[in-house]
Amino acid sequence: MNNFASLTRMRVQLAFRNRMFFFFVIAFPFAMFFLYAAVFAKGVPQTVGFYLGPVIAFNVMGSFWGLSATLVMFREQGILRRFHVAPVTSSDMLASSIVANYILTLPIVFLQLLFARVIFHVPSLGNPISLFILISVGIVSFGSLGLVVASVTSTMQETQVLNQLLWLPLIFLSGATFPLAYLPRLVQRFGLFLPATYLVNGLQQTILNSATPWSRYAEILSLACWAGLTFFLSAQLFRWEPEAAIPRRAKLLVAATAIPFLILGVVENRSDRILLEARSAFLSFTSPVSAPKSSGVDAPGRPPATGNPSKNDEK
Amino acid sequence: MPEPILQVNNLVKHYGDVQAVRDVSFSVDEGEVFGLLGPNGAGKTTTVEILEGLRNPDGGSVRVCGLDPRVNSRELKHEIGASLQATALPDKLRVMEALRLFAGFYKRRRDPEELLKRFGLEEKRNTYYGQLSGGQKQRLALAMALLNDPRVLFFDEPTAGLDPQVRREIYDIIEELRCDKKTILMTTHYIEEAERLCDRVAIVDHGKVIALGSPRELKERSGGKTRIEVKLARPVNNGALQGLEGVADAREVDGTYVLHTQRPPQAIVSLVKHLEADGNELVSLEIFTPSLEDVFIEMTGRRLRD
Repeated sequence: MNNFASLTRMRVQLAFRNRMFFFFVIAFPFAMFFLYAAVFAKGVPQTVGFYLGPVIAFNVMGSFWGLSATLVMFREQGILRRFHVAPVTSSDMLASSIVANYILTLPIVFLQLLFARVIFHVPSLGNPISLFILISVGIVSFGSLGLVVASVTSTMQETQVLNQLLWLPLIFLSGATFPLAYLPRLVQRFGLFLPATYLVNGLQQTILNSATPWSRYAEILSLACWAGLTFFLSAQLFRWEPEAAIPRRAKLLVAATAIPFLILGVVENRSDRILLEARSAFLSFTSPVSAPKSSGVDAPGRPPATGNPSKNDEK
Repeated sequence: MPEPILQVNNLVKHYGDVQAVRDVSFSVDEGEVFGLLGPNGAGKTTTVEILEGLRNPDGGSVRVCGLDPRVNSRELKHEIGASLQATALPDKLRVMEALRLFAGFYKRRRDPEELLKRFGLEEKRNTYYGQLSGGQKQRLALAMALLNDPRVLFFDEPTAGLDPQVRREIYDIIEELRCDKKTILMTTHYIEEAERLCDRVAIVDHGKVIALGSPRELKERSGGKTRIEVKLARPVNNGALQGLEGVADAREVDGTYVLHTQRPPQAIVSLVKHLEADGNELVSLEIFTPSLEDVFIEMTGRRLRD
């Protein structure tokens, strides 16, 4: 416990001394936030509210980049070896990565929520408990994904390639950048197999409809299971030495982490719950009928209500 | 007689098809400075890393402080201190932070302040690791190895890549530790280092111990002969040199003729006479007092620094 705490402290300390950290964990998320809130949503409170969930999900998911890169760098430079010869366990190392990342990411998300409320006057942030649980489980689960990436790649180059391969579908096919309802039907169906989709939808429903944690049980449970699975796996596959080979079973085991979302994807594709929710959320700010609160205010940024979502894309 | 603090029996380790350690056995008593001397790739680092519990052996057995590193790795790490090869700390970690952080990992610990002073790093206490010089990094590595007041210290190539002056600083530190009766297992490919610092030395080549004893014993075993290295204008037959008066042994190593002799003047005179008679010419001649290099050449026919 003591080792874990002091390693966590070190990781937080190092992050604050790292310029890359400032860019990726502070500057970039806020740039994204203001881009969506001020430019795409044109500052319209309801529209900012719609984009808030996706923007937060985007930042929460970004965790895995930093975690995987740091761990692989530590291994490549022989830093992990130095810890290995001291009485430090792989769980100390991994858990401190996850917790440090949580400590560093949470305030940023909190500030974004605050800005949304104070600067952009978003009508409501929804159910705070549900919001907190989803954000927490999101930071931890995507952080663990980073640990898995670190365990199946050996060099920084490989890590960056794999991160890129994961990142692009996660942000483009889940509703994190383009609203899910706006994407082609086939892509929407594919999106239901991605963990990101559940994080985006869960946050969006929480903020727009004040969804209770109980009503978001599918999102929360699936992400929590996934977090547990990826963390467990990264502990199994942890390597201290730069030249240690990746075990053959690693790729098979990593494929197994997809299982919760394969199952959930099939279920949700049958029920269409998520897609309907995403669609109604999308319509809530594009159509005055389904968003009666905003109907009286003819805000300049609000797109014309034509009922055809594809014409209303603001990007 | 107490049980040796380090015990290595018929150790074997391979990486794929490469046999890094074929058959290594030795033991180290408490308070001894023991050296593994050998060229790069001889299996020294692998042996040490198995003792530290960083790697698992494929055969043989080891005991460190009465513990099996495979079984009691966690406990063992409280008992040992190590400076590794190919290791680093995060660039943006300060010297004192590193010492404090690692001190916190151990049950038994020494005062980081005291180590900072002892290793001459006081002025660097707030310097980032990434800004230290090679020598300072190595001094920090040695200081960190002592944080838990370990029963055994492992120094893997403690002076590799350092310039001669810094190397001497490190020697002084190790000599001090030797005076404190610390048990040290060190690896090196510098003969001078092994001769100066070690109570006993195992010469390792191709994963095997080829000679073991105190530096003096080993040198005596090779007959305490002076080594004469000559380069000639034309190649000659080894046999011809072997037969010269005063020459005990002659062999060719990488185009240089290496003669061993107990009577250097006699050997040189007869060599020169022989070359004159043969119409050959002496290009260069160097004389070396007996060292562990001779033991190595004698055993392997190669130089240590190949």
